[in-house]
Amino acid sequence: MYTPQELRNITKELRTWIIEMITEAGSGHPGGSLSCIDILSVLWLNEMKEKDRFILSKGHAVPALYAVLSKMGLLAKEELKTLRKINSRLQGHPDRVRLPVLGASTGSMGQGLSVAQGIALGFKIDKKPDSVFCLIGDGESQEGQIWETALSAPKFKLSNLCVILDNNNGQIDGYVSDVMPIEPITDKWRSFGWHVLDIPGHDFEKIIKAFQDARQLKENGGTKPILIVARTIKGKGVSFMENQIDWHGIAPTKEVARKAVEEIEKNG
Amino acid sequence: MAKATRQAFGEAIARLGEKYPEIVILDADLSKSTKSDIFAKKFPDRFFEMGIAEANMIGTAAGLAFAGKLPFLCSFGCFLTGRYDTIRISAVYAQANIRLVGTHAGLGIGEDGHSQMGLEDVSLMRALPTMGVFQPMDSKETELIVKFLVEEWKGPAYLRLTRQTLPDLYPEGKVFEPCKLLSILENKNPKALLLGTGAGVSEAVGGAEMLSKQGISTCVWSAHALKPFDEKSLHSICHLFELVVTIEDHTVVGGLGTCVAEAFAKLNKHPPLLKLGVQDTFGESGTPAELFSKHGFSASEIVKNVKRFLNGSV
Ligand SMILES: Cc1ncc(C[n+]2csc(CCOP(=O)(O)OP(=O)(O)O)c2C)c(N)n1
Ligand SMILES: [Mg+2]
Repeated sequence: MYTPQELRNITKELRTWIIEMITEAGSGHPGGSLSCIDILSVLWLNEMKEKDRFILSKGHAVPALYAVLSKMGLLAKEELKTLRKINSRLQGHPDRVRLPVLGASTGSMGQGLSVAQGIALGFKIDKKPDSVFCLIGDGESQEGQIWETALSAPKFKLSNLCVILDNNNGQIDGYVSDVMPIEPITDKWRSFGWHVLDIPGHDFEKIIKAFQDARQLKENGGTKPILIVARTIKGKGVSFMENQIDWHGIAPTKEVARKAVEEIEKNG
Repeated sequence: MAKATRQAFGEAIARLGEKYPEIVILDADLSKSTKSDIFAKKFPDRFFEMGIAEANMIGTAAGLAFAGKLPFLCSFGCFLTGRYDTIRISAVYAQANIRLVGTHAGLGIGEDGHSQMGLEDVSLMRALPTMGVFQPMDSKETELIVKFLVEEWKGPAYLRLTRQTLPDLYPEGKVFEPCKLLSILENKNPKALLLGTGAGVSEAVGGAEMLSKQGISTCVWSAHALKPFDEKSLHSICHLFELVVTIEDHTVVGGLGTCVAEAFAKLNKHPPLLKLGVQDTFGESGTPAELFSKHGFSASEIVKNVKRFLNGSV
């Protein structure tokens, strides 16, 4: 178990890896990778047990996941340079056949959550104690399929399913609140029968606590699936990327990347 | 001017919007990529941002058509055609006069990889009764097809467009003949016909030029309509060749190669057919050039394939 301060330092490094990886690839999605990296760090480095599964439903943020997997020793640091290159296991969007640890193949929004539900159901049939975690986007939450799972997981009493919503209010055509508002989001999920936690998404103490609460709910015989609404900032950690819609899906130049990395290293 | 066909579409539909007030556009959080944003800026009241909700967009477009509008609905080809049953029932079975515009066709998008690539969209759309399936090879042909889809086509149609820039190939001054095969490059005593569609046409032209330097004469034709497919023209020209090669940035299962195979099946005699394209495998990350080469339909791969065949080693 890492302390919040240790996690903060590790995640700083992972942010620089994300920037370097995307810059080397020449394309990719910095905004949504930087908004979820704090959550992924806590989840993978502290919370997840060996047999738990994680599904990245918002697949375009996969550089964040590759960075964490590399930190965990599941991917060589050197391999991160192959992101998006021909014949690499590190595809632009998750490919579970090339890299089984990814758990699902995603990149078409709205699908990963259903797959996560299926794994959770499978665990339940086999009376396994393991959990399934799934990260979805707020733009992704406009897909009807998300709401089909929102409806079904409570019916199946999937308390072993913990979903995290990366609520960064950004998508491609603009702010989520303009493109197609999803608020009041906690009310919606609660009314569908989920246990909902609402946290600031870059506060390590709060993220750690939310996962502990989720685990306790499950261990105390809770029957509801859990949703953690993480209020995040798209592009978090690089001032000129923060809340800038244009940084959703472009790579920085080498020069701009150097500035970003300097800034991440200097700040926290 | 050489442009991505998505760019040519965005400009053309924004122009046509002036004359045809019934045109409306729907997009699913990709308007900057599909280039429907040009229309959106010009006609904000006739543009509907649907968010990331393609099925809802398709059904809504069908409804708009039933209310007398001419909806163009835009997204990546894979995400639109991925909502197959909605297209099949709400739009096609009900005969909604809508235009599905699927951009980011094929391996040509490069690094994003399989999940963002339209690779089976032509096959899926061709399978639907009455659906028109169109794919321009350059910006001029895009303009012509968009105009045709606004002014003449009745019923549902699918338009497949590229992310990447394509060179200008449309013959200067040539009058547009909708749904007809088009000759792009003629040579004397040709051995092979290189028939391309979309991004495949410029690869075919590149291949033909390389082959010609090596003393092998070929002709290049293009097919902008995959449905209805111009079997008649194909039947009348195919006997001039020892070999017919189809080139498409799409799976060879159900695309242009299949159109030709279906047409050939009606003849007693026809030349052998080589179907170049994605060979029933998945897309992947890489540069477009690397992918075209790896999957066997870049200009130099066309050369290799034609030579291998003509040397009898197939
Ligand atoms: C079905 C589908 N439609 C469209 C896209 C294209 N797309 C990729 S990312 C994205 C925006 C995602 O927004 P959000 O879920 O909020 O992600 P984040 O802000 O965390 O990057 C879109 C529309 C897609 N991947 N899948
Ligand atoms: Mg978002």
